[in-house]
Amino acid sequence: MKRGIARYSYINDHRASLDGKTIATARGEGCFLTTLYRALKIDYPRFFKMDNLSKLGFLASELILEGDERRYSRGEEVAIICFNRGSSLESDTRYQATIQEQEDYFPSPSLFVYTLPNIVAAEIAIRNKIHGETAFYLQEHFDARALFERVSEAFEDAGTRAVLAAWIESFDAREAFMTRVEEYDGEPPLFPFSGDTIVKLLNKSRNG
Amino acid sequence: MIAWIGDNIISSLGFTTGENYQAVLAGRSGTRLREYAGLPESFMASLIDRERLESECAGIPAGKESPLEKAAILSATRAATEAGIDLSSPRVQFFFSSTKGNVALLDGLAPGSRREEIYPWHSARIVSRHFGNPNEPVVISNACISGASAQVAALRALEAGRCDHAAVIGAEMLSRFIVSGFQCLKALSPETCRPFDANRTGLNLGEAAATVIYKRASQGDRGIMLARGVTRNDANHISGPSRTGEGCFLALKATLDGIDPGEIAFVNAHGTATPYNDRMEAIALARAGLNNVPVNSLKGYFGHALGAAGVLESIISTRALMEKWVIASKGFETREEEYPLNVTKQGARTGKPYCVKMLSGFGGCNAVLLFKRVDDETGDREI
Repeated sequence: MKRGIARYSYINDHRASLDGKTIATARGEGCFLTTLYRALKIDYPRFFKMDNLSKLGFLASELILEGDERRYSRGEEVAIICFNRGSSLESDTRYQATIQEQEDYFPSPSLFVYTLPNIVAAEIAIRNKIHGETAFYLQEHFDARALFERVSEAFEDAGTRAVLAAWIESFDAREAFMTRVEEYDGEPPLFPFSGDTIVKLLNKSRNG
Repeated sequence: MIAWIGDNIISSLGFTTGENYQAVLAGRSGTRLREYAGLPESFMASLIDRERLESECAGIPAGKESPLEKAAILSATRAATEAGIDLSSPRVQFFFSSTKGNVALLDGLAPGSRREEIYPWHSARIVSRHFGNPNEPVVISNACISGASAQVAALRALEAGRCDHAAVIGAEMLSRFIVSGFQCLKALSPETCRPFDANRTGLNLGEAAATVIYKRASQGDRGIMLARGVTRNDANHISGPSRTGEGCFLALKATLDGIDPGEIAFVNAHGTATPYNDRMEAIALARAGLNNVPVNSLKGYFGHALGAAGVLESIISTRALMEKWVIASKGFETREEEYPLNVTKQGARTGKPYCVKMLSGFGGCNAVLLFKRVDDETGDREI
């Protein structure tokens, strides 16, 4: 079975795109992720409880899955494989501040639960009823070869037909790059799935 | 299928697999009442003896490794010695699993500042570079199933021929960060935990560094094989288990496709001893038709070693499978009538060839591994 990239999305701290085309958003003050949420007309109040890592991954997946007829019905067929550099360190740092001083000690469960990077995969799974494999890998820099290998290996699971593969960073930078990799035997999707294509699509997305 | 060729455990119960396994057979628990400076409440946990760690590491050239990295290096050194492999080889790939790595270093760090040592990939690299290994380690942070995810990644990489040997290391050290978090979730038990007991009172945290060395299986290999590994998501809640055990059930179903439950010696469950986790596993096991198979949990011996648990508990369980023994589930007294399981109260002999390792974690993730003991050359044709 051949594999191809059916769609790809990109978000940084001021711009978002789907398949290389910029998403129109209102110019405004405040957090770009909230601006993008409004622009996409999503009605999912849970979004506002999420940390930035989860918001980034959630919005990247909303872009990629919008309009997909089988979106909520693929169950075990879809795997979510994520990568980043800074783990959940943005939320870790916020949580640490709540226990740092003994006279000001107020650890919060709602903050602590986001101190794991794989929670973003859970948020995407919950939203889309995805029951497939979920995994989070950490690496110093974006590494297209490692992404290609781990995602290819996810298809070794006999149940996997598609993978949402993403680089989602919120600590050292704010950036999400997600691709939807699909198996196909008839009409090919947008692009072949390879390390080179991933690099090309990421660079194209970054340069806007 | 990949073949198990060496292992080691560094934990509260010992610094070799043998020492740990004997402590388990003797029914010892590493959990003790502990206190941390700056933490308002004491807690029960099983901690690695830091003085002993220092003295056992004496032969290893030390740089600026953290205790986590030291324990991982010591564990990998011992596992590789047993396996008889050279970890500097470019054909060896490291797989490193931890949920929080050196998160303890955040303590006292000025907000907004960075220290490279905090990143888990940095810890993994300290370990692989200690051995002179040229490959970038694969670093997995997948909550409490990390140690299973790392073994699944090793299984796939070996089967794809990307490497000849895989060194899978799970390492977790406790800190004020981790303990305070579980305290505020009200998940901790004030006593040694009692997995699957009707009157269980929550979990104990634990520290461990554990290593397994695998190679690709070839005909005629004997001993322990990792046959399959599957992970599935509940798609239900970020921090609570599914009421129907959905992801866990799906992972069991996919992993055990075609396997006769009568051939399974035991299931080593996640068994954290929180009310919800153990109930969820009981539901998933019943749905998968495994409620009569002997079930145990090792958390009463080691506590919950988070990102190291999957590796640590796979080692103890496969040692038991080799010894044809089902380990007693420490702390279990009273059966929960509503969710009946065949929990192992007293150790028992078994001749069956398979054991199943289950793990579940925050983020709704669930993993199931299937191990097989191959006693002779003929036993190994199909899975």
